[in-house]
Amino acid sequence: MTVIKTSYNRRSFLRTTALAGGGMMLGFSWLASCQPTAEEILAMPKEWFNINGFLKIGENGVVTIMSPNPEIGQNVKTSMPMIVAEELDTDWKNVIVEQAPLNTDLFVRQLAGGSQSIRQGWQALRMAGATARQMLKEAAAQAWQVPVAEVTTEAGVLHHKNSGKSAGYGEMASAAAKIPVPEEVTLKAVKDFKIIGTSKLNVDGKKIVTGQPLFGLDYKREGMLIAMITHAPAFGMKLKSVDDSAAKAMPGIKDVFVINSYNEDYGRQWCDTDAFNELVVVAGNTTWEVMNAKKALKIEWEAAPEQNISVAGFTGESKAVKIPAGLENTSDHVAKMAEMGAKLAKVVRRDGDPETAFKNAAQVIERNYTAPFLAHSTMEPMNFFAHVTADKAELVGPIQTPEFMEKSVAARLGLPLEKIDIQMTRQGGGFGRRLYGHFVVEAAVISQKMNAPIKLVYTREDDMTFGNYRPAYHVTYRAAFDANKNLTAFHVRSGGIPESSLAANRFPAGALDNYLAEDWALESNISVGAFRAPRSNFIAGAEQSFLDEVAEVMGKDPIAFRLELLDRAAKKPVGTENDYEAARYAGVLELVREKSGWGKDQPGVHRGVSAYFCHNSYVAQVLDIVVEDGKPVVQKVHCAVDCGIVINPIAAINLSEGGIVDGIGHAMYSAMTFKAGVPEQSNFDKYRLIRHSEAPKAIEVHFVKNEIDPTGLGEPVNPPIIGALANAIYKATGKRVYDQPFLGGTQVLG
Amino acid sequence: MATFNLNINGKKQQVDVDPATPMLWVLRDHLNLVGTKYGCGIAQCGACTIHLGDVAMRSCQLTVSQVGNQPVTTIEGLSETGDHPVQKAWLEHDVAQCGYCQAGQIMNAAAFLKANPNASDEEIEAAMNGNICRCGTYTRIKAAIKTAAG
Repeated sequence: MTVIKTSYNRRSFLRTTALAGGGMMLGFSWLASCQPTAEEILAMPKEWFNINGFLKIGENGVVTIMSPNPEIGQNVKTSMPMIVAEELDTDWKNVIVEQAPLNTDLFVRQLAGGSQSIRQGWQALRMAGATARQMLKEAAAQAWQVPVAEVTTEAGVLHHKNSGKSAGYGEMASAAAKIPVPEEVTLKAVKDFKIIGTSKLNVDGKKIVTGQPLFGLDYKREGMLIAMITHAPAFGMKLKSVDDSAAKAMPGIKDVFVINSYNEDYGRQWCDTDAFNELVVVAGNTTWEVMNAKKALKIEWEAAPEQNISVAGFTGESKAVKIPAGLENTSDHVAKMAEMGAKLAKVVRRDGDPETAFKNAAQVIERNYTAPFLAHSTMEPMNFFAHVTADKAELVGPIQTPEFMEKSVAARLGLPLEKIDIQMTRQGGGFGRRLYGHFVVEAAVISQKMNAPIKLVYTREDDMTFGNYRPAYHVTYRAAFDANKNLTAFHVRSGGIPESSLAANRFPAGALDNYLAEDWALESNISVGAFRAPRSNFIAGAEQSFLDEVAEVMGKDPIAFRLELLDRAAKKPVGTENDYEAARYAGVLELVREKSGWGKDQPGVHRGVSAYFCHNSYVAQVLDIVVEDGKPVVQKVHCAVDCGIVINPIAAINLSEGGIVDGIGHAMYSAMTFKAGVPEQSNFDKYRLIRHSEAPKAIEVHFVKNEIDPTGLGEPVNPPIIGALANAIYKATGKRVYDQPFLGGTQVLG
Repeated sequence: MATFNLNINGKKQQVDVDPATPMLWVLRDHLNLVGTKYGCGIAQCGACTIHLGDVAMRSCQLTVSQVGNQPVTTIEGLSETGDHPVQKAWLEHDVAQCGYCQAGQIMNAAAFLKANPNASDEEIEAAMNGNICRCGTYTRIKAAIKTAAG
């Protein structure tokens, strides 16, 4: 049992009318509500009582819980309210979930990114539920004239054992709403959890399978126009002139004009990307009409000059960024990266004397790994609704960073922050792409110019060619061995365009006496951004493939070898900056070894193992390949995860399965290439994503059981699978794969 | 512009549109049936799958003028209350992550199962290969299809 002070973001727990007035059924628009089916719920309440910013209770005991964070498929709209409901001690079947709008007064970190929603929301969500429960108990104690300590709760009902009195939460909700917010509250012990740790179905599930409006692209408003943009066809180009006469004359077209997404002197935030700042806009009545008019534009483009801009990082510090001029080619990128990989780079960490160890080595192995740019390919293309009037801006749609984009829109429109209202729809995928909300700003600027409500819609081609791509990466690994095949030094030199994927203080740093990590980066004008498990999505696979080769040289079992290193890191770590817990790392490897039956020879099954720690969670995987008709087929994946307490097992397993399928898919098939600055893939005919028949035939996910505060799952399951895949391919084919995509776009993994 | 009389989810609907307009946009923009999703516009992702008669079709490539008097079924009309066996199986397996592609997956699976009630795993995979799920829910989709098949 934990007693906590309620000071943390205390405003959230004060009664408020900002979000939902008493008795007002706020949020029962299509946008936010998730109404359980009639057989599952009591009748809808006649009146709501606001207990705090996170929840309100109806007079009949129905509870509405606000889900504060953007829902991009990671299932926080179910799991975050489950945490509130747990501490409130209510019955989940009487809970209605609503998507909260952006409200910086009530909620902290309304952001989907870094697998942090649950980890960073955990305390606030528990407190919201526990505070409300305490207020209900106090209301009951006053009504029954009994000591509050004698009032207990169970599944939405208050009890007083000695007097035999009991009342539903609904009966006490009105009185509870008037109770002062307690100074401190008691949280449940993990062993008393009734909702957390049990599987709850997606609160939007019924709406999804019946095609109800949920997503940004589904949003409509009376009098709304459709707007589309045309951007330069190549990175490194900009607008020269537009002949819009034919487009303007086409049916249903209201206007054609040019906008700048951001003002020239605007100090950008990290999520303000504007590779194509000048855009040609076509606005009209319907999507099809606007699509056709867009094709009738006659536009001339010209070379863009070098740009030097200032960009504020996630925590606010500004840095100068140079965006070079020129039209870039993938073939040049590959050659330049290989050149950089062969040169000494910036030393980021050195333990012991690696240079001497390499000089004195009896054997050295060196391997290079590469990966291309990737497009996020969210199934719902970028879009946003905006209605900007003289004194306010209303914005609705899919965005992972509403709090940041509110600032961008305010700066661009010249409106104060409080006049910008952002509501979040369900999002048809995020994967990092919707962190970069230039399209939110564009929608606002277009609406302002049209003086009308508009929905900005990107075609798939617009979306794929106006990316914030996963950077292209290159990493060189070297290992030194003595005459007895002992590992004597380890060297990683990591780089990319325009960033390195190195995490110098991660495993195996800390387990090796002689360790050297170097970093380099090349400039580019191709816009990049965070892509599910940034950097880890490449380096994990490379590192785990290389460790497999190291184990092979040493004649050791790959799991036993990793466990030896982790044992060393746990007992006698090298350095003090190591950012992993060796025991938890070993824990997932041991669990996957046990669950997969590692070491038992299965004829025809070729196994690869991998383990990685990123985004605060530990994951180990064993991937099995069988060869059918000469083709490698991923038969099964065993996955072990340590993310602390698991909130919603069915969804956690689903997200883990998705991370695995996604990782295999991108490593095998996907690549975004450039010729003279032009993205060579603009739709799913040329850009390969994994398909049904290529997914593993079975995936088994196991969680380490502990009582550690929960960490996230959207990202950490994804990176290691690429290593397991590469290692299994080697076992199956005898050939190591170093360059992604492992299979070219036309080949098929069975 | 031309007038078309359509039979959508058992209801007569009249639209006045360019004959080349894909059904995807007729449904979404003119009839307010937004369950049918736009994903690629070139019949590569399957998000826009509807039924023309009993056949699964990519509505981004099917123009309104090609429909004639054939009945069209969208995800909104697959069942009265969301209780089609495929929809029920999708809920039971908690298939969706982001959920955007699932209407297309369900429509494709429903048409396939109607024609192939006893399909093998390989047949299911082959039939579903045109429907992309970026979240990677493929293993769950296959499990749900097998549940729906009974």
